[in-house]
Amino acid sequence: MKEQCQKVRFQVELRIMACPQYLYIARQAVRRMAELSEMSEEERDVLTLAMEEALTNVIRHGYGGPCDKQMIIQLGKIEANGERSAGLEIVISDFGKQVDPGEIKGRDLDDVRPGGLGVHIIKSMMDEVEYTPREEGGMQLRMVKYAK
Amino acid sequence: MADAGGNIQNIIKDITREGDVVIVKLTGEIDMHSSTELRGCLLEITQERPRLLVINMEEVLFLDSSGLAVFVETMQQSRTQGRQLKLVGLHPRVRSIFEISRLMDIFQIYDTQEEALA
Repeated sequence: MKEQCQKVRFQVELRIMACPQYLYIARQAVRRMAELSEMSEEERDVLTLAMEEALTNVIRHGYGGPCDKQMIIQLGKIEANGERSAGLEIVISDFGKQVDPGEIKGRDLDDVRPGGLGVHIIKSMMDEVEYTPREEGGMQLRMVKYAK
Repeated sequence: MADAGGNIQNIIKDITREGDVVIVKLTGEIDMHSSTELRGCLLEITQERPRLLVINMEEVLFLDSSGLAVFVETMQQSRTQGRQLKLVGLHPRVRSIFEISRLMDIFQIYDTQEEALA
């Protein structure tokens, strides 16, 4: 049974409406998935926060605010092999505005002001972060955290 | 009963006023959803121009950058007014977002409410 579960890239897929009141549900899912992936408490916190920041960015920038469009969240365990430790892969797809991935950057932290920290937080905390415009419209963010 | 946002209870647990000091006790998870309520509450309080505003976060178990933005805005308003804002009791999970955003030195942060009021 375990081998069968390992064959698929994503074991969990969620679709949530782009409204802030549903973010809690996504947080619970990623935390539980990180637990199943044997990530440490600290790593679970990192994954939960990174995904939260990614989803709020989709709502705020991709969709221009809360709306009834969907965000697709895919969660997949990465098994350890000789070259790397186990981890968790998160892929978030949206149907919002497309942007050049090169334009997605964290802002200058010396400029203390409210907001604009999401991308910095994601890039600082996750081991792999990749934004890609989707052929069918919208953006996809793939991010991975490996266990220490 | 929980609402769909999982902010099972009002995140503003308690507000106490002692002279020109206001203590706001928060609870639960501060995210894009609940930070709207928090922002409204703190804006109202800063308009009272208290000498010291203490935000007790001992029961806050999650904070995202939306919530962090509310604290930055409140801190900047307090400074503009020549008033003080102090944060108390950051859970390690909450502390980490202040650290990664390099905001630990920008805020006055205390382990206990007693220390913040001393």
